[in-house]
Amino acid sequence: MNSCDTHPTKASCRSMTTEQTRSGTLYTPRVDIVEQAEQLLLIADLPGVRAADVEIKYEKGELAIHGHVAERLSDQSRFVRREYGVGDFHRTFQIGEGIDTQQIEAEMRDGVLTVALPKTPQLRPRTIKVSG
Amino acid sequence: MLTRYDWQWPFSQLRREMDRLFDDFNGNSSEPSRGVLPAINLWDEGERLVVEAELPGVKKEDLEILAAGNELTIRGKRNHSLSEKTAYHRQERLMGEFARVITLPVEINADQIEATLTDGVLTLRLTKAEQKKPRKITVGVKE
Repeated sequence: MNSCDTHPTKASCRSMTTEQTRSGTLYTPRVDIVEQAEQLLLIADLPGVRAADVEIKYEKGELAIHGHVAERLSDQSRFVRREYGVGDFHRTFQIGEGIDTQQIEAEMRDGVLTVALPKTPQLRPRTIKVSG
Repeated sequence: MLTRYDWQWPFSQLRREMDRLFDDFNGNSSEPSRGVLPAINLWDEGERLVVEAELPGVKKEDLEILAAGNELTIRGKRNHSLSEKTAYHRQERLMGEFARVITLPVEINADQIEATLTDGVLTLRLTKAEQKKPRKITVGVKE
């Protein structure tokens, strides 16, 4: 159960551990999902992730995003105050049928990932000409 | 006394309510009335202290850093960059103004702060004030 879904403003949300892997702790990024006329946008906070270190996979209706975060401090004993953990980000999303999955595009800027999910032509708003 | 800082960027539509709530709660105290406190990590590198905060989507020009003695203030804002009409299906990312006052373990040189904002991570390298550095004492050893 993703507690971020019910309490998105909770302090513990960022540091929520989803999985332990060999490479360390995985964190669930905070996301916004918004709808525009032509597309849906998935916007994820991935602080510390460079564009080259984002991996986006789409397979069988599931979109997975993974952001690799380079370690910034190896000597943990030097911490005076530690309020958040640092590690890779990972989250998956179910994609509905109204999305043209061949046309998914993504952009990374200032630690924010924006994935554009274009609607299939059938779902886009149309203006119907009235004859007569 | 603030000992634990919760991440409290309220959603923009809750801002006014939150502000009022915090004003009521704080009364005349000197604590910030806006409940907007980004989390920080702070570590000691000997000559320097390093403060780090995750501020994805925050622009350099929307960020202000103030330092005096052993007190450091990070303030700024994050706004939605969406111009087109949008409907939210999910909203977890916190928007609006934020401010955080950090009391450092030692005094720092306010004019020697190195600040970088890379991929949404703010890093502040702070030089400890001269008298606070560990002093090297040469002890003569008799043969």
